[in-house]
Amino acid sequence: MSRGAPGERRWLAGVFLAPAAVLLLAILFYPLVYSLVRSLFGDGPAGGVGAFKGLSNYADIFTDDAILRSVINNIIWVVVVPAVVTILGLIFAVLTERIRWATAFKTVLFVPMAISGLAVGVTFALIYSDSPSRGLANTVTVGIHDIFAPGTGYPGEHPRNEEVLVGSGAQGYTTKDPVAAGSVVLLPLTGLSLTKPPPGLSQARTPNASSGITGVVWNDFRLGGGGTIGKVDPGELGLKDVTVQALRDGTVVATTQTDAGGVFTFAKLTSGRYQLRLPAQNFGAPYTGLSWLGQHLITWAIILAYLWVYAGFAMVLLAAGMAAIPREALEAARIDGATEWQVFRKITAPLLAPVLLVVFVTMVINVLKVFDLVYIISQSAGADQKYAQVLATELYQFYGNQQYGLASAIGVLLVILVLPAMAFNIRRFRKDRG
Amino acid sequence: MTATAGSDIVTGAINRGPAARIVARTSAGALRLFLLVVALIWLVPTFGLLVESLRDPATFTTGGWWQVFTHPAQLTFENYSQILKDGAITSSFLNTVYITVPATLLVVLIGSAAGFAFAWIEFPGRDWYFLVVVGLLVIPIQIALIPVVKLYSILGISGSLVSVILFHVAFGLPFAIFLLRNYFAGIPRDLMEAARMDGASEGRIFFRIVLPLGLPAIASLGIFQFLWVWNDLLVALVFASPSNQPLTVTLANQTRQFGSSIDILAPGAFLSLIVPLIVFLAFQRFFVQGVMAGSVK
Repeated sequence: MSRGAPGERRWLAGVFLAPAAVLLLAILFYPLVYSLVRSLFGDGPAGGVGAFKGLSNYADIFTDDAILRSVINNIIWVVVVPAVVTILGLIFAVLTERIRWATAFKTVLFVPMAISGLAVGVTFALIYSDSPSRGLANTVTVGIHDIFAPGTGYPGEHPRNEEVLVGSGAQGYTTKDPVAAGSVVLLPLTGLSLTKPPPGLSQARTPNASSGITGVVWNDFRLGGGGTIGKVDPGELGLKDVTVQALRDGTVVATTQTDAGGVFTFAKLTSGRYQLRLPAQNFGAPYTGLSWLGQHLITWAIILAYLWVYAGFAMVLLAAGMAAIPREALEAARIDGATEWQVFRKITAPLLAPVLLVVFVTMVINVLKVFDLVYIISQSAGADQKYAQVLATELYQFYGNQQYGLASAIGVLLVILVLPAMAFNIRRFRKDRG
Repeated sequence: MTATAGSDIVTGAINRGPAARIVARTSAGALRLFLLVVALIWLVPTFGLLVESLRDPATFTTGGWWQVFTHPAQLTFENYSQILKDGAITSSFLNTVYITVPATLLVVLIGSAAGFAFAWIEFPGRDWYFLVVVGLLVIPIQIALIPVVKLYSILGISGSLVSVILFHVAFGLPFAIFLLRNYFAGIPRDLMEAARMDGASEGRIFFRIVLPLGLPAIASLGIFQFLWVWNDLLVALVFASPSNQPLTVTLANQTRQFGSSIDILAPGAFLSLIVPLIVFLAFQRFFVQGVMAGSVK
């Protein structure tokens, strides 16, 4: 580094640095100063500068209901996402150490990092959507719900006539006359969509008499009509999983469910007379899942998509950090009889702490600025999109409305929020260089 | 690694008798199953998008994309041939290319030059200037949108491809300079001194020694920047005029009518992700290095 006079070196450095310096000054430094000043002023017509307002644009951020909601959403993002991403990344990094196809696994999880927020947004909007057809999220939710609470019912199904059953869909239907033990009770209903019947229904069947009460609940109507009213005819479907209650003096003494042919049996009711009831729960609307992009879940739904993108990032960083831990230390501890958990807690975790911190801080910065996913997924949500807004999308909206004073204040706030991360970076860099 | 339990599980456990081995084997199986499920969860969304993009739109109302397993006749290339005939989609795809390629090349070139100056040319205040660059790594682009819109209108380049490119280059530079300076600083001093002794100019040293030796870092940076610009939505949303907007913006404008636009959105989104996906899979090593080097961005 001895060649050339200081003047010449300065000149040389200038040549190499000039393009970068010009761009950084014009597009990073000047905007910082401009926004800082602009945030203190109101707005004139057509995006012009209005009167000096002091800090009142900043006060608006925390008092205006809509902006405050985006502040709160941003807080949710910052509290939840960096911690969850780091923990997920750590779990996957630790677990993949023990499989042979770790490279493939890492690639699969890392790929979303290469995909645009637009594509991820469309992908997940599709998953959360209920239109034009039920998306994956609600298909799974409904599936799980129906396993634990089956027989979601037959909405609109009602008695064929008032000869046997009376009541209403909201209160349930009860037999007009009590039935005696040993009888076979036919409970004809109608209202099923025969062109598109619920899946899994089969031909109704009339049971044989027994000592208890038995009977059939079925759709007393078949495609094309015909058949005898009040009798089970070929082509008429039995209603399975219908709850049937037996009542004596107005209290339920037994409950059962119909089988695939619509048949129910109260084997223990061998004496006396009972009224049978088909309670309202049989006729309610079926469970349709959660409104993922509705007021309450939308932010969480977008966060879920975001975790899908960044878990792989955290995993790859942490796996690299773990690979740098000396094998001998781990082996020595294991030979000394330490359990895997002890090895992790006493050796891996402390040595990994700096990487964990880097991942965490990186995620805090990313999450403060989150825009694409919120913008895309919330737009697909229609009216409820306002519940998902964050500072970055709010800023874009004020920019669009030419409310530059407020938009600048939000921008400055974002810069202030990343200042700790900036300090962290600079300190880390200076430490690295000793 | 002393024992191998199961066919593809490497455990760190040493022999602990048959009971422990059975436990190890069962938990190894459970672990494999768990990770397999996780991998599936990560694959399904993109796979679903692909299948949806290949379905006849008339069948969208009848159920989700998984219907194709029972009704393979729903599959068709019709959506793709439609969007490839759609002028708005094809021209915005080209805009994406026109923005991404120069923005990547420029950031590599300008960043390399500055990184070289920071690493190998002594000038007053060098370390302080470099700390400023490190500080700039985290500046959110949101702060610059309004001022730069004003600046561009003064310069008369509002809405142009150049305006979008310049913004991407400027915000790519702190990371570029940071990454490349650190890598270039690792080039052996003897090599540089020898070249200088032989009378090579700094320009020659830069092009003949620093750039070739710095290729791995330059590749990382290039791929990183390429993906960042290709995938950008916000910058283009603010700066690009309608005729210059990239694919992400054109598609984003369709998301308001999400339910009725899936026949455009699904293949369009897949079109927008296939290029980065190929780039990523082809250059995964460089990309991962870039991400790790600049993890605090």
